[in-house]
Amino acid sequence: MKYRNILSIEEKLVLYRTMKKIRLFERTVHQLILQNLAFGSIHFYTGEEAIAAGVCFCLEKKDYIMSNHRCHGHIIAKGGDIGRMLAELMAREDGYCRGKGGTMHMVVPEIGMMGANGIVGSGLPIAVGLGYACKNFKKDRIVVAFFGDGAANTGAFHESLNLASAWGLPILFVCENNQYAISTDISKTINIKNLSQRAKAYGIPGLSIDGNNVIDIINHTMQLVAHIRAKSIPALLVCETYRQMGHSINDPRTYRSKSEEDFWYSRDPIAKFENILIKESILTEALISETSEELTNEIDRAVAFASNSKKIDVSELYNDIYAD
Amino acid sequence: MIITYAEAISAAIKEEMKRDKYLTLIGEDVGRYGGVFKATKGLFEEFGPERIRDTPISETAIIGTAIGSAMLGYRVIAEIMYIDFLMVAMDQLINQAAKLHYMTGGRVNVPIVIRTQEGAGIRNAAQHSQCLEAWFAHIPGLKVIIPSNPYDAKGLLKTAVRDNNPVLFIEHKKLYSTKCEVPAEEYTIDIGKADIKLTGQHLTLICYSYMVLIALEAAKILKKKYNFEVEVVDLMTISPLDKETIIKSVKKTNKAAILHEAPLQGGFAGEIAAIIQDSAFDYLDYPILRLCGPDTPVPYAPELEDFYVYTPEKVAERIIDYFRL
Repeated sequence: MKYRNILSIEEKLVLYRTMKKIRLFERTVHQLILQNLAFGSIHFYTGEEAIAAGVCFCLEKKDYIMSNHRCHGHIIAKGGDIGRMLAELMAREDGYCRGKGGTMHMVVPEIGMMGANGIVGSGLPIAVGLGYACKNFKKDRIVVAFFGDGAANTGAFHESLNLASAWGLPILFVCENNQYAISTDISKTINIKNLSQRAKAYGIPGLSIDGNNVIDIINHTMQLVAHIRAKSIPALLVCETYRQMGHSINDPRTYRSKSEEDFWYSRDPIAKFENILIKESILTEALISETSEELTNEIDRAVAFASNSKKIDVSELYNDIYAD
Repeated sequence: MIITYAEAISAAIKEEMKRDKYLTLIGEDVGRYGGVFKATKGLFEEFGPERIRDTPISETAIIGTAIGSAMLGYRVIAEIMYIDFLMVAMDQLINQAAKLHYMTGGRVNVPIVIRTQEGAGIRNAAQHSQCLEAWFAHIPGLKVIIPSNPYDAKGLLKTAVRDNNPVLFIEHKKLYSTKCEVPAEEYTIDIGKADIKLTGQHLTLICYSYMVLIALEAAKILKKKYNFEVEVVDLMTISPLDKETIIKSVKKTNKAAILHEAPLQGGFAGEIAAIIQDSAFDYLDYPILRLCGPDTPVPYAPELEDFYVYTPEKVAERIIDYFRL
């Protein structure tokens, strides 16, 4: 397959900004946890930014995405409001779920973000349902389901790919292979070379690509998305990447060697893209620090918004058990 | 007109699919085959293969599909052939469907109906004969309906489809061929209301599903032999439970018994008994009697399975013995 780099300067800067925003957002959330202002097990997207930014760049606002427990990057890339995300993490009224869901259960229907998920693999069957509705009633939309290498071994993954294929549903299954399911190295849990080989078993296109190269991701995703829109079939895109932090905040990462980590840190998706943009004279050192400063201010305002939002009342415990 | 329980199910689905052109039905063999218990017979011919879809054997994906579609406002009735198979998809039903409205602070609705059936009596043995309603009664956010006759089944299924919550609709394999009078015009029945199928002065007998038929026959025996009047309370909905009707009846009769096919230990009778003693302790002349299945898997041998499931005679015998008639 041949592809051209069709992005404008503006678009490249937007991509850069999105990836940087995710990186700084996760850093901020980490601080909030240490200050006991955000709670629970939060799963940082640090190091995987190119995938969320690249894939969501190829979608329209009305397309749907389903995410997993590592959802912050997806929500930001799809257009989520970081103030409302932070309010959710801080369990405030203005949070996306009014403080009832937390990090793993955020939903933003107005931008097509139909849910994160605390059960590995369980977003995939629901994504099949979204695709089913698109196929029947919303033919101009497609679905992207984000999940990890761990999820690729669940029954839910296999049932979902099979059913999506059998029924011809317009779903792009995006596997973010960050090489580990908590502490378990992917090579110990599969007996095939590439997760994308599984696509063949379900009669759908499958591809493994560099998940730290945002341009590559966009080129491949655009092709797949066009194919999916035209033919209403699913496809599997496996993006090889690495989570720079642990599985969640308390993970000391002792199961990864320093040399392995250094290898992947040297292929940081944001640093890589920065270098490309500097070479293309799109970014300068000044613009880089200006962008950082702008994003930091934006995030600071979002933190202020979230902090000023009311904590939810205890009586909320008994609300929303049933829909009216 | 007189119709069977199975016909009542398909009639309800037909009416709702005419009313809501976005409503679809999915499940294993629900299409041309009409369902293994014929509860969806005729729907495929009427609505076609895009609205009545046969699925692979993928319970997780079946329920997930229903959830995802319903979240976007396109309701789905998903059939799980046997309640025993629901175990395969517990995550989708319990962790996803039942919790999404709450976890999202009310932003997302999951208006799905999961139709399934339970019960012993046709020699299907342990993995095809369980009664598991108690498990699902324990899950906040999930409504559990369990009708005992065609009239209730039709009215309740229509309401279930229109409900904006996930509803587990539990049919019974021994009920599909039972018949009763059903109006020609459309009607609905409220979820969460019990129904007194037989009034009586002397004992409140709380039951649901197939056991309602057994209870009514047992009541006839007791009335004839001892002039003992049983008030048969058909719960119809397990969750949310109609406590008011139960307590009102117990306060009248001063004696309570609960009958269900499911095993005794951890069964729903324990929950009902606790509610009764909590709200009507002073009205009870006797401790509460639980008439429940044995704490065993359902056996294959006909003699054993026949011993497992209550007959009207056995129910009457236990009541006579317990309340010293």
